[in-house]
Amino acid sequence: MSGNSLYLDGVSVVFDGFQALNNLSLVVEPGELRAIIGPNGAGKTTMMDVITGKTRPTKGTVRFGESDLTRMDEASIAMLGIGRKFQKPTVFDALTVFENLELALKAPRGPIPCLRWRLNGEARTAIERTLAEIGLTERARDRAGLLSHGQRQWLEIGMLLMQDPQLLLVDEPVAGMTDHETELTATLLRGIAGARSVVVVEHDLEFVRALGHRVTVLHEGSVLSEGSIDHVQNDQRVIEVYLGR
Amino acid sequence: MTRRLVLLACVVLLALIPILNLLPDASPFHVSDFIVSICGKWICYAILALALDLAWGYAGILSLGHGAFFALGGYAIGMHLMRLIGPRGVYGHPILPDFMVFLGYTELPWYWLGFDWFIFAFAMALVVPGLLALVVGYLAFRSRITGVYLSIITQALTYALMLAFFRNDMGFGGNNGFTDFKELLGMPLNTPATRSVLFYASLVVLVLAYLMCAALTRTKFGRVLTAIRDAESRVRFLGYDVTQHKLFVFVLSAMLAGVAGALYVPQVGIINPGEFSPGNSIEAVVWVAFGGRGTLVGAILGAFSVNAIKTWLTSFAPDLWLIVLGCLFIAVPLLLPRGLIGLLRRGGGK
Ligand SMILES: Nc1ncnc2c1ncn2[C@@H]1O[C@H](COP(=O)(O)OP(=O)(O)O)[C@@H](O)[C@H]1O
Ligand SMILES: [Mg+2]
Repeated sequence: MSGNSLYLDGVSVVFDGFQALNNLSLVVEPGELRAIIGPNGAGKTTMMDVITGKTRPTKGTVRFGESDLTRMDEASIAMLGIGRKFQKPTVFDALTVFENLELALKAPRGPIPCLRWRLNGEARTAIERTLAEIGLTERARDRAGLLSHGQRQWLEIGMLLMQDPQLLLVDEPVAGMTDHETELTATLLRGIAGARSVVVVEHDLEFVRALGHRVTVLHEGSVLSEGSIDHVQNDQRVIEVYLGR
Repeated sequence: MTRRLVLLACVVLLALIPILNLLPDASPFHVSDFIVSICGKWICYAILALALDLAWGYAGILSLGHGAFFALGGYAIGMHLMRLIGPRGVYGHPILPDFMVFLGYTELPWYWLGFDWFIFAFAMALVVPGLLALVVGYLAFRSRITGVYLSIITQALTYALMLAFFRNDMGFGGNNGFTDFKELLGMPLNTPATRSVLFYASLVVLVLAYLMCAALTRTKFGRVLTAIRDAESRVRFLGYDVTQHKLFVFVLSAMLAGVAGALYVPQVGIINPGEFSPGNSIEAVVWVAFGGRGTLVGAILGAFSVNAIKTWLTSFAPDLWLIVLGCLFIAVPLLLPRGLIGLLRRGGGK
């Protein structure tokens, strides 16, 4: 597997004296699927903000391969191949599922190229492949506004995939999903990892178990425990601060 | 599909109007000169409505200053019409238009040069609104001014232009503007034949403008605009330069509005700073909202129907119009959020 590792070392973020991240260290290997769990306020979203350049760390190292992410702005980090799915899905309701993916497809983005744009076979294949990956092939011609909450989340993941990221950050994908949708989402994320790394932040332990990969538990801005889901669920410190509440 | 049919029916009906005007007065199918001239005006309004719908309905740029682009297009062609009067003015000056003689000009201001040629004037009817939109749009979109702030800026723009054009020393005829036109492209104005020619020219432009807008909205560019309208920052996240896209459509829309104004002025025979009044721009927004924003046919229908109501109302209760306009402004978004087209869809299926 070629690709870049994500590497956080001794990262701290201080907001007005409040330590949101505290000496956080974490490595995500190429192709890995990593779940991040932790109680509210543990710093999960802040960690994603640091990786995507939205928040600058107060100290510490953040690298993706050879690139120093602390020196780059959001746009260049995105160009580097780091995609992020926010908690609230934002797809374009007035456009069809297919058109949503088409907008996300890598292609020249100026007004004139967009006016001249013709869907060629290669682009169609790429879109259809993603449609299959996110399980929305049947809904390709429907407006995104008609999708269920879960399907909208998948569509947004699909839009990130169209940009061909090396690392995908997904913040609380299954919040508000039905059990069935949650199960499908786990399958979806397992399927897309491998070809790229995926970091999933989630509360739902059943879901994390379904992902079946390495889990990192955050607490008060640093790593409390790391390992398989069984390992962390049996870790005494984790039980105290999180599971055993 | 229903929409297309409605549009086609409208165009055919409109095309018949100048022909029916030729019938003898006694014929039950005779159409009066008044109807011909008023429908000619409404066609120009419909082009303006299309232009506004492109910016507002598709890209979400609620311009309350599109009347300014329309008026600038009108002024450009008006300058040409003034040049064509030549020495036939009241003062009989060999070069200068009457108002310049009256104001003591000794020579033609430099910015009047070139307007002797129709082609130049027509080009200016496109270029001047386009450039103004480029500058205003660039400043506003680059600073990410959207929503109500953008509306206020565009409204202020048309108001400022109105005040400027009211000034005699601007060289555009002050509050009287331009009138007493004689001819255009060798055709004497105010003859039934010329009226028909202008009418059909406007109708052709309306159809072409519709086809252009329809084609444009079906491209990926059109879909980017819709996406910007619904979630601008998300589009930015996808790597699109939102400023460029908005600027492109805003300039195009302003140019189309300029063409509408250029077709309008020869038909009504006058252009003055009142054309810049903020109320005009707001009326245009009401047409689009009433017809159904974001649908091109809706914009066209809206321009015709609101103006029909206005004409009908002002014939017996002119004071009521502003009240009705205000009511429409408030009631349409509440009762008819998708405009007349929304009704059509409910009635006739997809
Ligand atoms: N921009 C900010 N300014 C001040 N405090 C913040 C900011 N962003 C996050 N925080 C605080 O940092 C802590 C970690 O937040 P967050 O990363 O959102 O946690 P999580 O996503 O794990 O629930 C919270 O206590 C939150 O209130
Ligand atoms: Mg969070």
